[in-house]
Amino acid sequence: MKLRQGAFSFLPDLDDSQIHTQVQYCIDQGWAVSVEYTDDPHPRNTYWEMWGHPMFDNPDAAAVVFELNECRKQFGDYYIRIIAFDSTHGWESIKLSFIVNRPKEEPGFHVTREEIKGRSMRYSINSYATKNPEGKRY
Amino acid sequence: MPDGSEKLTGKARYSAGVLEYKKMGYWEPDYEPKDTDIISLFRITPQEGVDPVEAAAAVAGESSTATWTVVWTDRLTACEKYRAKAYRVDPVPNSPGQYFAYIAYDLDLFEPGSIANLTASIIGNVFGFKPLKALRLEDMRLPVAYIKTFQGPATGIVVERERLNCFGRPLLGATVKPKLGLSGRNYGRVVYEALKGGLDFTKDDENINSQPFMHWRDRFLYCMEAVNRASAASGEVKGTYLNVTAGTMEEMYKRAEFAKDLGSVIIMIDLVIGYTAIQSMANWARDNDMILHLHRAGHSTYTRQRNHGVSFRVIAKWMRLAGVDHIHAGTVVGKLEGDPATTKGFYDIMREEYNPQSLETGIFFDQHWASINKLMPVASGGIHAGQMHQLIQYLGEDVVLQFGGGTIGHPGGIQAGAEANRVALEAMIFARNAGDDYVQNGPEILARAAKNCTPLKQALDTWKGVSFNYESTDAPDFVVTPTTS
Repeated sequence: MKLRQGAFSFLPDLDDSQIHTQVQYCIDQGWAVSVEYTDDPHPRNTYWEMWGHPMFDNPDAAAVVFELNECRKQFGDYYIRIIAFDSTHGWESIKLSFIVNRPKEEPGFHVTREEIKGRSMRYSINSYATKNPEGKRY
Repeated sequence: MPDGSEKLTGKARYSAGVLEYKKMGYWEPDYEPKDTDIISLFRITPQEGVDPVEAAAAVAGESSTATWTVVWTDRLTACEKYRAKAYRVDPVPNSPGQYFAYIAYDLDLFEPGSIANLTASIIGNVFGFKPLKALRLEDMRLPVAYIKTFQGPATGIVVERERLNCFGRPLLGATVKPKLGLSGRNYGRVVYEALKGGLDFTKDDENINSQPFMHWRDRFLYCMEAVNRASAASGEVKGTYLNVTAGTMEEMYKRAEFAKDLGSVIIMIDLVIGYTAIQSMANWARDNDMILHLHRAGHSTYTRQRNHGVSFRVIAKWMRLAGVDHIHAGTVVGKLEGDPATTKGFYDIMREEYNPQSLETGIFFDQHWASINKLMPVASGGIHAGQMHQLIQYLGEDVVLQFGGGTIGHPGGIQAGAEANRVALEAMIFARNAGDDYVQNGPEILARAAKNCTPLKQALDTWKGVSFNYESTDAPDFVVTPTTS
């Protein structure tokens, strides 16, 4: 199972020069770019761990790619994403997010169903990996 | 335009009998609209022999305080304030017999937060007025003081993206086909395949409510099974627009509650339920963390003809106030009506914080939106993966691209159709961000992406050369040199 979150998860995995083009695009729009990582890829896990703060005032995508590779050294078997923040009034949120690193194995998610009130159903989605504690999942 | 009117006052104005509207105070060529006035721009086509200024004054009168004869009871009121004032009449460029009439209305004429009240005046009796052959409401300037009396989109583009965890690309959707006849179980199959294949949303069609072949609870139950399975298969938040349109508000609330209980992120209503019902559902959606999709069923009965009705740009403004989160707004390249410049005007009205006057896109007034949420446009009808570069060029990034036939009609099946659309989209956004001239090189970018994706190759081969090039019936009327009044 391939985790499909982010803007480019249906394309072949991006190499560093491709990542550079996208990061530079974000910087040129005036957005602050950040690196985040997690071993809990649930679609509603909003807060991945921050690899430092968003890189405000950084003009060069190479610095982001450098930080990404530093992050990979420590968390090479985690999901890592690039995320770009736009502080413009009326947006003040994320403008682009894409995955740049994946675990070797992606076991995916299972659906649990709880039958309630006749045919109604309460669903939840759980990652197979998160049955283990943080740091021991991939 | 010369007016030839002498506004009457005092005894001459209020003697019993019939007066020309322009002499009753509904034509004030020197009037400077106040910042708090609502301004309407009408396209008027007077009957033969009717003076355009008198026609404009009559529209002002009939959409505010006037009746056909003089009434003394006006003098018990601050009637100068309550009279709408036509203040400018321009001939429509290249359209003999048609005029643009600008009419200002005092804010006190309108109840706060009620589209029903606004429209009862502005598009009420006046549209049947005999001295006019035709009448069209082209645009409105809504003052900030009035906008602030509305909730606005329940969720808005930014929060919708945050909830869906989807940034930096258009959202993808598909309407389940065939529109009518599928059982709940079979219907959910289409939803599952399309979402698992890579779409963010699937959609009920406007006329899917609760019919003998599929009652609403069955549809909701099977669709949510499909949504959750697809979400687990992809690790993404997915949704299906569950249409809660029904015969009564009570029934709509009941269906919306059931959608919420099942965990749906989005519900849907049709424009034909009416403005008040739309506002009620928008309030419900805000209270229940629900995205609200509006299908503009029925709008073409009054938006399409250039000389009569209400322009869709006005409907778009009303719907942004009323508080829906999604609205269908044209594709430019697909099978339904949509001139590129006019469509850009609609999209700007939905998505911008401020619209400067822009006659080439049909926007007649500067419009501040007072930080009200943004409304996500939806492009649907006759579009396919091979047009991806044009869709992004014309429609931008904050839009839902809905490929119904272009997903379900794929020769490799529904999942393959969905995957083709998603790959085409991601490849095009990637190329655009990387600085490629994606509009010019669109076909090559798609062909390159198709080398790694057989479904995309099949889609490009199947729909190669499919386009809908017909002349538009609703394009802006303007000339580059301004007309003199």
